[in-house]
Amino acid sequence: MTGLLDRLRLRAPAALVPLGAVLVALLIGAGIMIAAGVDPLRGYDAMIRGAVSVSNIDYAVASFTAILAMSLAFAIPARMGEYNLGGDGQLVLGGIAAAVVALYLPVPAVLLLPACLLAGALGGAALASVSAPLSTRAGVPVIITTLLLSAPAVAFTSYLVRFPLAEQGSPVPQTPRLPDAAHLPSFPGTSYTNAGLVVVLLVLVLAVYIDGRTPVGYEIRVAGANRGFAAYGGLSVPRLTLGTLAAAGAVAGLAGAIIVMSQPFRFIDDALTAPGYTFAGVAAALLAGGRPALLPLTSVLFTILTVGSAGMERDVDVPRQLGQVLQAVVILVLALRVLAFRWTARRARGAVGGKV
Amino acid sequence: MDIFSLAFVAAVLASSAPVLYAALGGALCGRAGLFNIALEGQLLWGAFSAVTVSWWTGSAWAGVAAAVVTTTLFSGILALGAVTWRADPIIVAIGMNLLALGLTGFLLRELLDATGTFAPAGLDGLPDLSFLDGVPLLGPLLARQTVLVPLAVLLAVAASLWLYRTSAGLRLRGVGEHPEAATSLGVPVSRYQNATALLAGALCGLGGAQLSLGNVTAFTENMTAGRGWVAVAAVMLAANRPLVVLGACLLFGAAEAWGFRLQGLGLPQQLTDAAPYLVTLLVLVASRLRVRRRLGAADPVAAVSAAHPETVVHPEESR
Repeated sequence: MTGLLDRLRLRAPAALVPLGAVLVALLIGAGIMIAAGVDPLRGYDAMIRGAVSVSNIDYAVASFTAILAMSLAFAIPARMGEYNLGGDGQLVLGGIAAAVVALYLPVPAVLLLPACLLAGALGGAALASVSAPLSTRAGVPVIITTLLLSAPAVAFTSYLVRFPLAEQGSPVPQTPRLPDAAHLPSFPGTSYTNAGLVVVLLVLVLAVYIDGRTPVGYEIRVAGANRGFAAYGGLSVPRLTLGTLAAAGAVAGLAGAIIVMSQPFRFIDDALTAPGYTFAGVAAALLAGGRPALLPLTSVLFTILTVGSAGMERDVDVPRQLGQVLQAVVILVLALRVLAFRWTARRARGAVGGKV
Repeated sequence: MDIFSLAFVAAVLASSAPVLYAALGGALCGRAGLFNIALEGQLLWGAFSAVTVSWWTGSAWAGVAAAVVTTTLFSGILALGAVTWRADPIIVAIGMNLLALGLTGFLLRELLDATGTFAPAGLDGLPDLSFLDGVPLLGPLLARQTVLVPLAVLLAVAASLWLYRTSAGLRLRGVGEHPEAATSLGVPVSRYQNATALLAGALCGLGGAQLSLGNVTAFTENMTAGRGWVAVAAVMLAANRPLVVLGACLLFGAAEAWGFRLQGLGLPQQLTDAAPYLVTLLVLVASRLRVRRRLGAADPVAAVSAAHPETVVHPEESR
């Protein structure tokens, strides 16, 4: 019994820190709302209703699909200690690849759905893969190359939908509407929630399985724990880097394809990057802290923050960027979790008589 | 296209200046053994606070002062988090960048009552050095620039002299290169790292002010648009040497200025916007490959870990 209690006491901070991070963020958010002259209870009420009320849940689930995918896109390379911050670029390249296949390639109608999804995955993977040799051969950190490649990719798709792929006579820079065969089937009674959610959940299950139950997953984690040891033990760090980055890019590209293949079935300039799925995904992955199975849970939280803050802006006139601020606060508090661990370590040292 | 004209060089200087401030801050942090990738957020915060205070007080100089002070405070998050409390500097920096983006957008609505862009008539921008008009060479180069542009170049030279010619600079280099040795000689490692992180904040404040009160007179949401990341790339490219940082930033500025010219020839803005990032990245990769070839021949293990720079070095942790 005392053994159990001791273990609980030592383990507790590991579970409490993510909860504490969210709580601190919510308190800071309340403070900001008070400063802006809004009752925090009304603000948070509007935020939650903006995400999960009957009229908004349909759209929120579609956003959840994208955020869950982007959290995977950050989490997969993070398992081996690489940071993929280029989600935006991978997302738009996936989206534009799916749109091009749907609009211009002579694919039989029955094969169009998988063809578009595959094209999206390949588009994202192609961009993310570039960062792997740049890191392993040229020694430029992944975090820098993914980010620096993302801006040109976004600019490139923006150019494509304005000129070569633009819908003629439309005031908005967008592609023409995708043919019906490329529309992801929606669930009964919904317009945004569709088969994309199922696809992303399947990818998540696959990722959790590979991470926990296969040799490759183990190798990736070894490389994350100690790169030098992994190389010494005969693992090919360049190949693992390429594999994790390609997989991450593929998931992000898939998310882009799913967005383009959902309402309103077009690639609209800015529509993929403006909601901030990438960094909501980063925050969700950091909050899940290396446990891929927790990603759906943390993604729900950041979906409420992202989608709900738009509802909050409508109802109580608090700028929607508050959602982004709260995300940032969660990340910062999580970064400081080392304080909690140091505190536990000191307690543990005290418990064994201060000999360690 | 007369890319060798003085007018073009002047455009290059203006485009480089904000990046140069951020990159100098980053290079000093790198020297102190702190990998600073929060430059993007610091620059954005500097740009916002400069515009806000300039609008409130009617004085651009008050804006610059406020940008320096508040960005230094903002940088305190990095100092406190990554140096004093030893949190992962990369995660802290990701949080700071996102915080700056969210907070500036939020305050733009709350304080300035604008969405997207804030550029009212009567917003006081920094004055040009128009007294140089008619002076040969300096006139065409600097007469249409703010004083912050030549100051950035002078600071790069000063930083170089300080690092290599003073004892404080030597200590700072020692802190980054071998913290244990620095500690055993009585150099307070954490204090040097904290001070450098704050100094980088002040420099980013100047850079942000030049961006929003010098290059243009406006604040736009996310107006830094990756310049802080270009600065990080410039710091890597230059291996923390201030004069090489100056060269790298001029290269970025040249790509941007050249892009503006090509736009004038009818090339779509979306394509020319991408050029500076690609040019910076290409040069960075090329230079690292060269270093790598020399290093790889001597020490294969160092070559494997080169992509993973020590993000922050603390003296008493064994490495």
